[in-house]
Amino acid sequence: MSTANHEIDALIRQKYKHGFVTELESESLPPGLNEDVIRAISAKKGEPEWMLEWRLEAYRHWLEMPEPEWAHVHYPRIDYQDIVYYAAPKSKKDAPKSLEEVDPKLLETYEKLGIPLEERAALAGVAVDAVFDSVSVATTFKDKLGKLGIIFCSFSEAVREHPELVRRYLGSVVPQRDNFFAALNSAVFSDGSFVYVPRGVRCPMELSTYFRINAKSTGQFERTLIVADEGSYVSYLEGCTAPMRDENQLHAAVVELVALDDAEIKYSTVQNWYPGDEEGRGGIYNFVTKRGECRGRGAKISWTQVETGSAITWKYPSCILTGDDSVGEFYSVALTNNRQQADTGTKMVHIGRNTRSTIISKGISAGRGQNAYRGLVKVTKSAEGARNYTQCDSLLMGEKCGAHTFPYIEVKNPTAQVEHEATTSKISEDQLFYCLQRGISTEEAVTMIVNGFCKEVLKELPMEFAVEAQKLLGVSLEGAVG
Amino acid sequence: MLTIKNLTASINDKPILRGIDLEVRPGEVHAIMGPNGSGKSTLANVLAGREDYAVTGGEVSWQGRDLLALAPEERAREGIFLAFQYPVEIPGVSNVNLLKAALNAKLKHLGREELDAYDFLALVKERMKLVQMPEDFLYRAVNEGFSGGEKKRNEVLQMAVLEPLLGILDETDSGLDIDALKIVADGVNALRAPDRSFVVVTHYQRLLDYIVPDHVHVLAHGRIVKSGGKELALDLERRGYGWIAELERGAGDDARA
Repeated sequence: MSTANHEIDALIRQKYKHGFVTELESESLPPGLNEDVIRAISAKKGEPEWMLEWRLEAYRHWLEMPEPEWAHVHYPRIDYQDIVYYAAPKSKKDAPKSLEEVDPKLLETYEKLGIPLEERAALAGVAVDAVFDSVSVATTFKDKLGKLGIIFCSFSEAVREHPELVRRYLGSVVPQRDNFFAALNSAVFSDGSFVYVPRGVRCPMELSTYFRINAKSTGQFERTLIVADEGSYVSYLEGCTAPMRDENQLHAAVVELVALDDAEIKYSTVQNWYPGDEEGRGGIYNFVTKRGECRGRGAKISWTQVETGSAITWKYPSCILTGDDSVGEFYSVALTNNRQQADTGTKMVHIGRNTRSTIISKGISAGRGQNAYRGLVKVTKSAEGARNYTQCDSLLMGEKCGAHTFPYIEVKNPTAQVEHEATTSKISEDQLFYCLQRGISTEEAVTMIVNGFCKEVLKELPMEFAVEAQKLLGVSLEGAVG
Repeated sequence: MLTIKNLTASINDKPILRGIDLEVRPGEVHAIMGPNGSGKSTLANVLAGREDYAVTGGEVSWQGRDLLALAPEERAREGIFLAFQYPVEIPGVSNVNLLKAALNAKLKHLGREELDAYDFLALVKERMKLVQMPEDFLYRAVNEGFSGGEKKRNEVLQMAVLEPLLGILDETDSGLDIDALKIVADGVNALRAPDRSFVVVTHYQRLLDYIVPDHVHVLAHGRIVKSGGKELALDLERRGYGWIAELERGAGDDARA
């Protein structure tokens, strides 16, 4: 764990010792979506007029957009008029009142992942009236970053404190009308994170949303915007390995990254939302739009993700390689077990000259899980000398799961080099028996083999995150074999 | 130490072993020879607990315990090691990782403390000398891209690290040139000890020039049709397995008599 994470961790624990603050229930809007609801959300957040107008514009686009159906996923139709678009904090009436009421399986998982005792209640969604107060953590953190000119705050705060930056970059990578879920998010986004790293600054710590998890739910329509100015570097970690209970079934987040000349953004995600029970009941639908633009020459954006949660995941972190010599990377592990469905992949759009992209995708399907890789490599006419390498591997466990690969390649420049490799393999009885014969348990053997399969991706994660991700893969596959 | 009584086993309802009797005492090396399809590898795999084989009758006692009641991983932790005829490749999992998981599983089972990284590496590096393996082997994925000889040396290395009480070598000589064979045999010989036994399954006598057995058994159609000392292996080499067919008919006549 990096020093910064240690510090944060220490602070979180320390604060717990100091006790809790009581949070008051605040009013929620009734279910349903119309312009008044959007005005109300904007007003509650104290947003300026331009922000409200931006939301309304998105909403009007959304009204005219059909819901996409092309992804390789199946789910009952979502009634958008039945969703509560503003509730802070969430209603706790139906939440468990203490850890004793929480599904013992979930608690067992926390135990195995080594989640500190004091964090388990909050993650399990227990309706404790006391929630962790993050103010001191945030302040310490911000002081340190502030000295370097780095801005790291909630999206709402950014809208109030740094409107010029938000206005300049918001929607510049993912326009309001980009797709159905992005338009919905643009209209009703609740909150999220904003990062700005000034010219030439190398952010000295991994920026993480982790420490804010206990403080407040960023909600189902999260909005993240990260801007790395010329020659800067930032590594951002999203998510948490603990499975999170969430009352919101639909999650439609938008993440936008902008990297200017010679800037580098590394964005790592470990996602472990509630996948539903063995029959898939109650799981979260995760329909996310994540896109980064290498806007400047020599810029680099790298997405690394380990996805084990959600009932349905629909997401394609993408790179628009506008700047000459810019680099896009996508490293992904998607695991589906039981009835989970994942349709994930990436888009690499080469516009600048000599742009390079690498895609390494590892899909693991177990139980009745369905895993689809969908990737687009697009080389436009201007992308002289563009290169792409795609490697797409699937691992199947059992007879009832599936893996699907949908590569799309569009090349408009004859100097481009595009390579695609795909493999499908199974954890063989032979591999398993080999490990057993060396005294290794089935569970440990499966974890080891799966981690081996994912190695090229896991090594891209920051160290501590990688260790957690390895444990998570093991836990997520329990009972999948033998 | 290992007592096999009238063991029968089949694969997909097809009987392969038709009544094996064998007694292996501490420190002994037993060679199991026989033509292809005689059941040599089946015997090795049944002892290790491979699920594809159904044990249909008989008993196997291991240090006074019912071996057949133990899961494969328990057998391994209790000191049974199978050197595979076809060592399996595990992409992305380094040799050192597998070795460490295996050794720690065993130590934990025996109620002993797991080795820390430093002591573990020291142990492994020392054992690597036995099979003349360079250090970079440790960090390569298990058997991935290994030559035939490297795979077999890797099996012996694992055995050297895990220090089993019974090492079962399943056609370890197959596919080896003479230099690799010598290295593997030297490794096995270095592991011979008063409390460690070996069952060496082989098609050819050649291996037994280097790993000299105390007993040689000839297997045909799922039965041991002849047992003897190391000279039996030379007999076989000279007279070929056709000779065994006659022996077998004789055994059949005995059975009817």
